[in-house]
Amino acid sequence: MPEHTFRLNGEQVTVDAADDERLLWVLRDVLGVTGPKYGCGINVCKACTSHLNGKAANPCAIPVGDLEATDEVTTIEGLADTVDADLHPMQQAWLDHDVVQCGYCQPGQIMAAVALVRRVAAEGREITDDDLDGIRNICRCGTYTRIRDAIRTGAERM
Amino acid sequence: MTGPNGRRRQAEPGRRRFLGYVLAAPTLVAAAELAPAPAAGARPASPDLTELLDLNDVMTAAALPTSGLITVEVQPDGTVSFALPRAEVGQGITTSTAMLIAEELALPPERVRVTLAEARPELLFNQLTGASNTTIATYTPIRVAAAVARHRLLAAAAAELGSPAAHLTLHDGTVRDRSGASVDIGTLAPKAAATRSEPVEVRLTAREDFKVIGRPHNRIDARDAVTGRKKFAMDLDVPGAKPTMVCRPPTINGKPGAVANLADVAAMPGVTDVVPIDTGVAVRAETFGQCVDAVRALRVDWLPGTAEGKSDQSVLRELAAAEPPMGLPPLTPHVEATFTFHFRSNSALEPNCAVADVRPDRAEVWSALKSPIVAKEAIAAKLGLPLGRVTVHIAQGGGSFGRKLFFDAALEAVEVSRRIGKPVKLMWHRADDSRQGRTHPMATSRVRADYAGGAVLGFKQRHTSVATDLGHGLGELFTAMAARLPVGDIGFSQTFFHLSQSMPYEFGLATRLLNETDKGFNTGSMRNVYSPDVTCARELIVDRLAAKMGKDPYTFRRDFLRDARSRAVLEKAAEAGDWGRQMPEGTAQGIAFHSEYKSVSAALVEIDCRPETVGRPIRDGVGGPRVIKAVFAVDVGLAVNPRGLEAQMMGCLMDGIALALTSSLHLREGHFLEASWDNYFYTRQWNTPPELQVIVMPDTSDEPGGAGELGVAASMAAVACAYGRATGTMPTVFPVNHGTLSFTPKPTVPPVPASPTDGLDHVR
Repeated sequence: MPEHTFRLNGEQVTVDAADDERLLWVLRDVLGVTGPKYGCGINVCKACTSHLNGKAANPCAIPVGDLEATDEVTTIEGLADTVDADLHPMQQAWLDHDVVQCGYCQPGQIMAAVALVRRVAAEGREITDDDLDGIRNICRCGTYTRIRDAIRTGAERM
Repeated sequence: MTGPNGRRRQAEPGRRRFLGYVLAAPTLVAAAELAPAPAAGARPASPDLTELLDLNDVMTAAALPTSGLITVEVQPDGTVSFALPRAEVGQGITTSTAMLIAEELALPPERVRVTLAEARPELLFNQLTGASNTTIATYTPIRVAAAVARHRLLAAAAAELGSPAAHLTLHDGTVRDRSGASVDIGTLAPKAAATRSEPVEVRLTAREDFKVIGRPHNRIDARDAVTGRKKFAMDLDVPGAKPTMVCRPPTINGKPGAVANLADVAAMPGVTDVVPIDTGVAVRAETFGQCVDAVRALRVDWLPGTAEGKSDQSVLRELAAAEPPMGLPPLTPHVEATFTFHFRSNSALEPNCAVADVRPDRAEVWSALKSPIVAKEAIAAKLGLPLGRVTVHIAQGGGSFGRKLFFDAALEAVEVSRRIGKPVKLMWHRADDSRQGRTHPMATSRVRADYAGGAVLGFKQRHTSVATDLGHGLGELFTAMAARLPVGDIGFSQTFFHLSQSMPYEFGLATRLLNETDKGFNTGSMRNVYSPDVTCARELIVDRLAAKMGKDPYTFRRDFLRDARSRAVLEKAAEAGDWGRQMPEGTAQGIAFHSEYKSVSAALVEIDCRPETVGRPIRDGVGGPRVIKAVFAVDVGLAVNPRGLEAQMMGCLMDGIALALTSSLHLREGHFLEASWDNYFYTRQWNTPPELQVIVMPDTSDEPGGAGELGVAASMAAVACAYGRATGTMPTVFPVNHGTLSFTPKPTVPPVPASPTDGLDHVR
C-alpha cells in the first residue's frame, strides 16, 4: 500500500493506506487518534471536524492521498498544544459554560468554533448571531445554547 | 424496626436512621441496598392512577425484593470510588452521583470517581436506565453508603488521633481534632476497613446542612470530553477487534438471501471476512472506510421485511381502524380534534455500536447499554452460553434518547464474532441507524372536551399508536408488576400509559385510553414514550377550550390547574416570559404545562412564522418557523445539581422544537426515506432560540423527581400552541413540515452512501 506523509498534531507521521482511504479512518483505525468522531460519514453532521492548516476540515470527506507532506492536521487532541496553556481558551470556555452532555459531538464543535473565531477575526469583525446560526455541527443532546455562549467567551480570550 | 430489606428504621425520634453495611475488604468498602421503599400509607382516592402510584414508584418497588448492594470504596490515595449501576449517556448522572457521595463525605466532587458498573444480573430491575428514574431510585441508597463510609472513617480517626469521634470534623478529605491534629481519609481507609461484614446504622446529612447537593456543579467528565480523551465504545482498543459493518436490506427488517459476489468482496482491500447474518451481510476489514466500500459492493438478494409496501398513509389507516371508541358526542358544547404524530428517529449522534469478542466458551461485550442485564441474558441465550460466561462492560454512551435501552448492535456483534471466530468492532452506518434503527412510533391522538358555563365537564383522549417495543426489561418489569397494580388485566404498554400519563387540570371526568397496532416496526421510546404527543394534543385542545370559553390561554390554565405547585411553575414561566406582550403579526407566544416523574414544568415560547423567516435559505437543511425565545420553569422537588437540570431542560427544549416543527421520518414502500442528518432535521443552530431562560424553582420536597425526559412534552406543546396562535390555525399534523419533503432521498441499494472525496473543497 502507498505511504502517506503529513503532519499530525505537530509531528510528522507516515502511514500505509490506500490513496482514497478517508483521513477519518486513517486517524481512527490506523493511528488510533479517536478524538474525531464518526456521526454520518458524508460530511453533514460535522462530528469529525478537525483542522487542516488551521481551518475547519472534515476528515470523513478527505482522501488521505490529497494531503501534502507539509499539511498540518490538528485534531482535538492537539488543539491545546497550539497555545501556551493546558487547555485552549475555547476548551476552557467549554468547561466554564458546562457545555458538554454526552460529549460525542463536542470535539468537533470545539474545533469548528475555533476555526469560526479565526475566520471572523481574519475578516476583522465580531461574531454575530448569523455566524452562530451558520454552525452546522449537530448536537443531539441539544447543547446549542451553551455552545453559543461558550463560543462568545472563547472568542474574547483567543 | 428494620423492614425486610433492612433500610429504614421507623419510630425513631429526630432524623430518620438508615441501615447500611461495611463489607470485609482490604480498604474501606461501605454499602447500601439500592432503592428505598416508596412511602407507605394510603393516599386519597382520586380518578387519576398516577396519584396513587406513578411510573417511578413501580420501577422503584419492582427493585425491592432482590436488590443487590451498591458500594462506596475509599481508596488509600484519598479518592472515593463508586460503580454506578446505570448508563451515563449525557444526562449527567455520574456528576450528580459524585455530588451525593461528596455531600456525605464532605469531599470535593472531583475526588469521587464514578464508573459504570458491568452488567450485574443480581440487580434484576435495578440496572435499567430509563423513565428519568436514576436520581429518584438512587438518591437515598447512595447517600446511605457514603454515610456509612463517613461513620467508619471518623471511628478510625478517633483511634488514630486519640480523640472522641464527636470532637472530630471531616472536611475536604481530612479529619481534624480540636487540637488541630489531622489525618487524611486515604491514610484512614485501610484502618477503617472491616474484617467482617456488618450492618451500620447512620443518619444522613440534613437538607438544611447540604453544602454540595442543590448547588450548581459542572460535569465531572467534561475535561475528558473537551480534550478528546473521553472514550466511547468505538474508541476502545480491544485487541483484534477490527471494524465491522453490515450490508442491510432496502426495506425494514428485510432478510438476506443469496449473495452473488461474496468471494469478490472478501478479496477487496483490507477485508478480512464477509459473512451473512440474521440481519444482513457482515463485513470486517482493517478500516471502516474499507467496510463502507465493501458494503456498497455487495450484491445481495433481499427477502421481504416486516413492513413491506407500507407507507405513512397505510399506517394512518391502520391507526384509524385501531382507535379506541370515543362514544357519541355530548349535547353540551365541545371541542374535538385528531392529531397525527409521524414516525421520528431516536438516533443518537453515536450510532448503534458494540465491540464483541466471542470465544467457544465465553463472550465479552463492550457497549453503552441502558438495560445491560436483559442484554446479557439475551446475548447468553443467543450464544447458548451460561450467563456467567458472558461479560458485559458498559461503555460511556454518545447519547441515547431511548435508543440505548436496546442492544441491537451488541446482538449483531456477538453473532458476527461467533461466526468468524474473531473479535469485532461493529458499527452501524448513519444510514443504517436512520433507516433500520429504532423509531418513535407513529401515533394519533383524538381529543374531545366538553364544557358548560365556566366549567370543563369532561375530557377524553384516545391515543392510538404503532406498538412501542418495551422489550428491553422495562416491559418485563411492568408485566411482573401488573398483577400488583389496580389496573386490571392489561398489558404492559397500557400499564405504562396509565402510569405515566396524568390529568393536571380540573376537567371533570377525564379518561385516557391507549391502543396499539402493528408490531412490524423497530420502535422504542424517544426521550419519553407517550408524553410529548399526548401532552401536545391536550395543550392544543386547552388553547381551543380557552378560546371557546373566552379566556386567555395562560389564565385558563392557571385557573384549571389542580395544585399550587403546578400553578407556581406556570406563573413563573408567564412572568419571566412576559406573557401577553404585544407581538407583530405572524409571531406569537405559546404556553404549556406538563407534570410527570414527580416533577412539574411549564414552557413559554415565542415563535416567528413570518414568510421571510420561514423561507430563509438553509443549505441541506430546513429553516421553517423559528422559536425566537423560550422560558422554561421546572420544579423537580429537590434539584441535586441545578446546573445539570438546566442543561437537561435546554436539551429537552431542542427536542420539543424538533418534534413540533422539523423532525420526522417519511415511510414509503416499506422503508424510511431519511438516511442521514441532511435528511432528518433534528434541531440545528439555525433553529435554536437566540434567547433561552431556564428557571429552577426553589425545592418543594425532600426527594428529587425525574428530569432527563421531563422537559420535552411542555416544550413541544408550547411550540405547537405558539405556532397555532401565530398562524391562526391549530396544527394537527406533527412535525408541521411533514407534508413537504425537503430533500432528495438517497438510494436504498446499496444501503449506505459513498464516502465523499471533496473534503478539501470545503475547508474553511
